[in-house]
Amino acid sequence: MTKAASELNSIIGSELDSDADQYLTFILGSEEYGVDILRVQEIKGWDSVTPIPNTPEYIKGVINLRGTIVPIVDLRQRFNMPEIEYGPITVVIVLKIECADRDRIMGIVVDGVSDVYDVPPEEMKAAPDFGNVVDTEFVRGLATVDEKMIIILDIDHLMSGNEMKETDNISA
Amino acid sequence: MEQFHQTFFEESFEGLDIMENELLNLDVGNADNESINTIFRSAHSIKGGSGTFGFTAIAEFTHVAETLLDEMRDGTRQITQEAVDILLKSVDVMRDMLNVYKDGGEMNEDTNAAVQKELENLLGAEGASASNEGNQASEQQTASDGWHISFHPHVEMLRTGNDPVRMMYALAELGEIEVVADISDLPAFVDLNPEDSHLSWKITLTGDINKDDIVEVFDWVEDECDLEIEPIVNKSEKIPDAEDTATSNSSIPAATKEPAEKKSPAKKTGGETASIRVGIDKVDEIINLVGELVITQAMLGQAGGDMSTDKEYNETRMEKLLEGLAQLERNTREIQESVMRIRMLPISFVFSRVPRLVHDLSGKLNKKVDLVTLGEGTELDKTVMEKIGDPMVHLVRNALDHGIETPEQRIAAGKPETGTLTLNAYHKGGNIVIELSDDGAGINKERVLNKARANGLVGANEELSDDAINDLIFHPGLSTAEALSDVSGRGVGMDVVRKNIKSLGGSVRVKSTEGEGAIFIIQLPLTLAILDGQLVKVGSETFVVPLVSIIESIQVKSDNLSGIAGKADLYKLRNEYIPVIRADHIFNMPNDDSQLENRLMVVVEGDGHKAGIIVDDLLAQQQVVIKSLETNYQRVDGISGATILGDGTVALILDIAGMIEIYKEKGVPDPTTPVTPPEGNNSDMAEEAA
Repeated sequence: MTKAASELNSIIGSELDSDADQYLTFILGSEEYGVDILRVQEIKGWDSVTPIPNTPEYIKGVINLRGTIVPIVDLRQRFNMPEIEYGPITVVIVLKIECADRDRIMGIVVDGVSDVYDVPPEEMKAAPDFGNVVDTEFVRGLATVDEKMIIILDIDHLMSGNEMKETDNISA
Repeated sequence: MEQFHQTFFEESFEGLDIMENELLNLDVGNADNESINTIFRSAHSIKGGSGTFGFTAIAEFTHVAETLLDEMRDGTRQITQEAVDILLKSVDVMRDMLNVYKDGGEMNEDTNAAVQKELENLLGAEGASASNEGNQASEQQTASDGWHISFHPHVEMLRTGNDPVRMMYALAELGEIEVVADISDLPAFVDLNPEDSHLSWKITLTGDINKDDIVEVFDWVEDECDLEIEPIVNKSEKIPDAEDTATSNSSIPAATKEPAEKKSPAKKTGGETASIRVGIDKVDEIINLVGELVITQAMLGQAGGDMSTDKEYNETRMEKLLEGLAQLERNTREIQESVMRIRMLPISFVFSRVPRLVHDLSGKLNKKVDLVTLGEGTELDKTVMEKIGDPMVHLVRNALDHGIETPEQRIAAGKPETGTLTLNAYHKGGNIVIELSDDGAGINKERVLNKARANGLVGANEELSDDAINDLIFHPGLSTAEALSDVSGRGVGMDVVRKNIKSLGGSVRVKSTEGEGAIFIIQLPLTLAILDGQLVKVGSETFVVPLVSIIESIQVKSDNLSGIAGKADLYKLRNEYIPVIRADHIFNMPNDDSQLENRLMVVVEGDGHKAGIIVDDLLAQQQVVIKSLETNYQRVDGISGATILGDGTVALILDIAGMIEIYKEKGVPDPTTPVTPPEGNNSDMAEEAA
């Protein structure tokens, strides 16, 4: 076997590495966050939304995604990070969330998408407890890729907080 | 097999409904043969189907009922009220059993057995040699060792679609099976017609098996075979014999399944998808319309296809294009209407539950009641229909229990002995109206009022209008039935009725004349999927106000404005005062204009309350498709849903009752805001951080 061939194989091998989960990463400020790529439905540019009255500020509103009403969350606001102007690379990542025994579709506004990385489960490290300084509720773990730290998010938790609790009250 | 279950259940439930209806309409003593036949046919198909699918409990039970019906059909048995009542009970039992097979759960063995006993007693009582010989002979026969079965199908049996192999499998489920095929009748290969049956079998079934179970397997081929079933006399002698021959003959692989314990009852039909039966005419209509749509599309394609530099030519193209677009619009609307009609079902689906209820209740309450139903063909959305069933049942109960008097009371009041309950349904605007009227005693206003006063709902000196008093019966915790009965009177119910109807976007009112009767009027939207809406602009956002809740739209005149305690605004609309709600206030939307003069106000009614909603602009009126916010988000107060406008953006649909609720809770957010005369500037109220 030639050297080139074995190289090729190792590349294919790494691509087929079924143990590693793939994560789509995106940028918020100077930090890089990752979400399970299997949950990503699509990535689209920021477009105007219809605001919903009397909802938390980080719920930017709803959009029409091919006939489905999808809520959009500003992740900076959700994480209490300073807001920035939406620019040309501001994108909405449309994700599938599993919460309260059913699937929902939700969009998150981020500064921009970055890359797709393989992260083997054993390389994922638990997030240290910051106490009250940082809310680590949404963090599934930390991973290091190319010397960079990536914060892997638990997106199911993101939307299943109190604000997403279903109300059974029938409108009076 | 599983995929047929759904169909079987649907058909069986339909069959039961038919049986129930026919039984109720049966003129005792002078029964129409056709209805008996209809009932019999329904029972027969349920029995057949359940046998095929292995729902033995239903099959066995139905068999007994069927025997009774068979005798009625043959005229060997009189049709008595007793028999009809028992048959009605059987229908209930069968429905329960079907539900158990469908959704899992426990059979109510006691009730089932009791009803079956009643049926059997009835069969036995008149000595009409009831069950067929097979049953009689074998009623208690259970050969502990097993059975020898000689099964010789007639030549034509296969043509009726009966498959011996399937029967063998069914037998194998009963116990240990040994099958020996007899191929002696087989003709030469050249003479063989594959549709003929030339084989016969000797089957040895060992185990503790009831003969009835075996007979049942051959139920469908009874007339198409020679069948002998003998108990095993000497096991040790016969079995080896069978084994010897087994090798030399083609034998069905001895299926030594463990006596099939009813296939996993734990499996609930969770992912069950509701289905709907649609008339072929509706489907054809849609197909036609889609055909037209394709033509329109082709026309548009042609018109838009090749633009040239020739100006005149382009103008005619343009004309064509516009023409095509107009046609497309018409097509779209028609298709939308047709597709919506698929979901529409006649209200008779709900009404059909009532005769049974009236029958049972009038018997229980010793009242005589005639039921009249009108407008059964009135169609409404399936979803609405499903949810209106329970409230209807409750209202019928209420009418029978509280409304219609006993025959003695009626005669004393100078009314005909038999009361009348009338159900009527008709379309009115975009709504369906269901009226439920009785000629009973009506609502005893004094009693309602006294009760309400006793419960503190109404102040001691407070005077109420008649309508207001009647409306009290929908208040939770108010039941005026003098004695609590198991029919109604627990004081829950009417409020639940109103709540359920409201959750469908409808309303319920009652009108009553003491001594003459009461009429309940339910108004419901035809569909939950589409809504006639008025688009309005508030700030920069577009909202949809349901047209049904709009009374009028006016321009605010400052002369008619007045404030209360400097907080709330009131508007004098002719001779009543209505609160003025600022949509931007209650929705915390940025707005710096507190001037009310000359602004547009939509006068709406929600939940019985009127209010004026200040908007910035009135846009078009249009039908909107309702999309749920809850699918991907959650319920939002004051918003009933969302829709997608022509330009693809999302507009929220206002929930008027919910908005009035928010208004009441919040009032005007900033009390310092001077409202009349409007001069102040309240810029801070909108920026409440959430």
